[in-house]
Amino acid sequence: MIRYVKSREALLVGVILALIALIASRFPAFILPSNLVNVFTDTSPLIILAVGQAIVILTRCIDLSVAANLALTGMVCAMLNVAYPGLPIPVIIAVALMLGAVLGAINGILVWKLTIPPIVVTLGTLTIYRGIIFVISDGAWVNAHEMSAAFTGFPRAEILGLPVLAWLAILTAIIFFIVIARTPLGRAFYAVGGNPHAAVYAGINVGKTQFWAFVLSGTLAGLTGYLWVARYSVAYVDIAKGFELEVVAACVIGGIAIAGGAGTIMGAILGAIFLGIIKNALPVVGISPFWQLAISGAAIVIAVAFNARAGRAKGRIILKRAEAEAQA
Amino acid sequence: MQNLAPQMDAAPIAPVLELSGITKTFPGVKALNNVSLELFPGQVTALIGENGAGKSTIVKVLTGIYRADGGTIAVDGEQVAFASADDAGAAGITAIHQETVLFDELSVAENIFIGHAPRGRFGLIDTAQMNTRAQEILDRIDAPLSATTPLKDLGIANKHLVAIARALSVDARVVIMDEPTAALSQKEIEELYDLVERLKSEGRAILFISHKFDEVFRIADRYAVFRDGEHVGAGLMSDVTEGDLVQLMVGRAVDQIFPSRAHSAGAEVLRIEGYAHPTEFDGINLTLKAGEILGFYGLVGAGRSELMQAIFGITRPSAGTIYVEGTACTIRSPADAIANGIVYVPEDRGKQGAVLGLPIFQNVTLPSLAQTSRSGFLKLAAEFALAREYTERLELRAAALDQDVGNLSGGNQQKVVIAKWLATKPRVIILDEPTKGIDIGSKAAVHAFMAELAAEGLAVIMVSSEIPEILGMSDRVIVMREGLIAAELRRDELSPETLVRHAAGIGGHA
Repeated sequence: MIRYVKSREALLVGVILALIALIASRFPAFILPSNLVNVFTDTSPLIILAVGQAIVILTRCIDLSVAANLALTGMVCAMLNVAYPGLPIPVIIAVALMLGAVLGAINGILVWKLTIPPIVVTLGTLTIYRGIIFVISDGAWVNAHEMSAAFTGFPRAEILGLPVLAWLAILTAIIFFIVIARTPLGRAFYAVGGNPHAAVYAGINVGKTQFWAFVLSGTLAGLTGYLWVARYSVAYVDIAKGFELEVVAACVIGGIAIAGGAGTIMGAILGAIFLGIIKNALPVVGISPFWQLAISGAAIVIAVAFNARAGRAKGRIILKRAEAEAQA
Repeated sequence: MQNLAPQMDAAPIAPVLELSGITKTFPGVKALNNVSLELFPGQVTALIGENGAGKSTIVKVLTGIYRADGGTIAVDGEQVAFASADDAGAAGITAIHQETVLFDELSVAENIFIGHAPRGRFGLIDTAQMNTRAQEILDRIDAPLSATTPLKDLGIANKHLVAIARALSVDARVVIMDEPTAALSQKEIEELYDLVERLKSEGRAILFISHKFDEVFRIADRYAVFRDGEHVGAGLMSDVTEGDLVQLMVGRAVDQIFPSRAHSAGAEVLRIEGYAHPTEFDGINLTLKAGEILGFYGLVGAGRSELMQAIFGITRPSAGTIYVEGTACTIRSPADAIANGIVYVPEDRGKQGAVLGLPIFQNVTLPSLAQTSRSGFLKLAAEFALAREYTERLELRAAALDQDVGNLSGGNQQKVVIAKWLATKPRVIILDEPTKGIDIGSKAAVHAFMAELAAEGLAVIMVSSEIPEILGMSDRVIVMREGLIAAELRRDELSPETLVRHAAGIGGHA
């Protein structure tokens, strides 16, 4: 691995282990393998989305439309299943991936060709995608009894003791490790976010690179859309509402610099796992779920403070250099 | 000629502002070395010097943006220390910058009084009073402006007037004008001169920074010349000629040692015919041969970098054709230029050159990823090999190739950037201010390497504002002025005076 595990990732692993140990000291059942599998499976959608979001943030963008993309794709998959119950699952998955990619590409085109700030673009498409769900579903729910057994069973099917959902999170992580570390596109994500001017001079098309980041993020959101709807056996306008903030939080906690160009996929995954453990442990420990938001929020602030501290020494050097260049 | 004018102890007036022994060091660069400067009430002092002579730095010291490492600043004979721009403003020092630093979305009056707006009840801004006072100031300088106009509706000349009005609103006793006429038309310049006369008659001291000798002689009473961060002369304008000032500006011994090279130009590599741009340059024709170093000299804003960016495909020319090795080619993007063997090492390596957060080897291979990957996947071994080959050639000093570029010194960062471009195996390399802001040792290394590249048959274009570098390295020099080619000089025609004359548009041949 080129972007080998840096201290940030090691720190997060330490924090996660300490958190698990703390919980286990009072509730030993929490660390039973079966429970840990449950926690991981439950966190898998967040992991998949965080991987996509991490790529987008690396290129100095942000994708706030992931949860809306997820919900729209999920609804389309559910309605397809209701209309054509015999449609094989691979076809459903292909539709989910493609629709997600298209929705991501819409973001990407707007950012690339019209150079609209990504936060504005994805705030807009967030609302539009949610609106489209309402239009195509008339606001009605698609419930468990309308879905086929194969449709809802797929993410829960177990392979070697792990549900397919968890395997897909692992597969996503592996694929994107390779894309990021070993392809010219992966390198371009870092270059574009780290120094867009230098990237231009190196012959990299900045807008196009950002476009591909949005397509990848959208594709993963689409995949998660099907998995989400199938796992919870329900589709309606508001599923995963506000989830995009949790996804961004996972990236930030994982050390993806919001200014782009720095961070690792592993960090984003660990950030997601950290949030997942908190979410699952609080009810066990008997803390009100309302605290969960406060704790996630505190984790974000602490993580950003860490990022700022790490960046400070470097910042001074940059400032001095800027001064030196300004004088000439 | 150093004693062109004796110190002005005979002057009946005391300086309002006196700087002595000012020193300012940046990492690797001594921007100002023991500099002194005196400004007198009711007089215009012209500050003259080449690019990089330290003019902008002294302005920043004067306005409290930089703090000097040593030396004293005295206002009316009393020593002061400026901790911030506010302090300098309170002491009555205001600067009108090259690009006016104003707020487009605010009104003229709000711009004039930003930071010191008149307050009314509850500490709220008294808009009516502000507008009245702003209008008074505007009328006083005969500015044809309404105080309530949004600034964005004004042209550059009128924005300058607003900046001047702002200076008057704080009753500035020292007004610094940094190349105020650079973007103005002849008529607007005349109006500005009138205004300068008026400021003079009000007893204000004016520091006028300019590259244009005609205007210096027109409006300045005194001059001060800086060279390489040192004060090399000052006195009354009436005591000097244009030639004297040029001598002072460039008259250093060429103390850097440049590699000696036998110039043996090969076949034509690059030819440009009729390159034009709507706003930046026009009528550019040039040819470049293998093994040749072509120097590009000119003042800042002469259009050199803009031309290079067009050659490299960052911007597109509105007319003209480019030939690489005799074949016309289309360059629409930097990727096209790189594919045609043209590379560009930009001036601002922090901003445009290196990705500071990426390791050395990834910076080096960034434009060559096609070369270091196989069937879509990067080959780490190939990347390291390529990076090692070129960083070793440039004698890069770094602990390891996977060290982040941000942790390297300026000179070593520059080497990474150059290594990055050499790794693409180019035929033409454009170096924009290749040694700006780096230490002498690294400079010599860059120069030696440039000579080596030319000897290997690479065609080199070197954009430089440093006269010794242009003289020491170029086989041929193109001087640009205001977007046009002002002169093309052979090596045997080169002299510092000739370069300055062509660049500044001073009539006649040296």
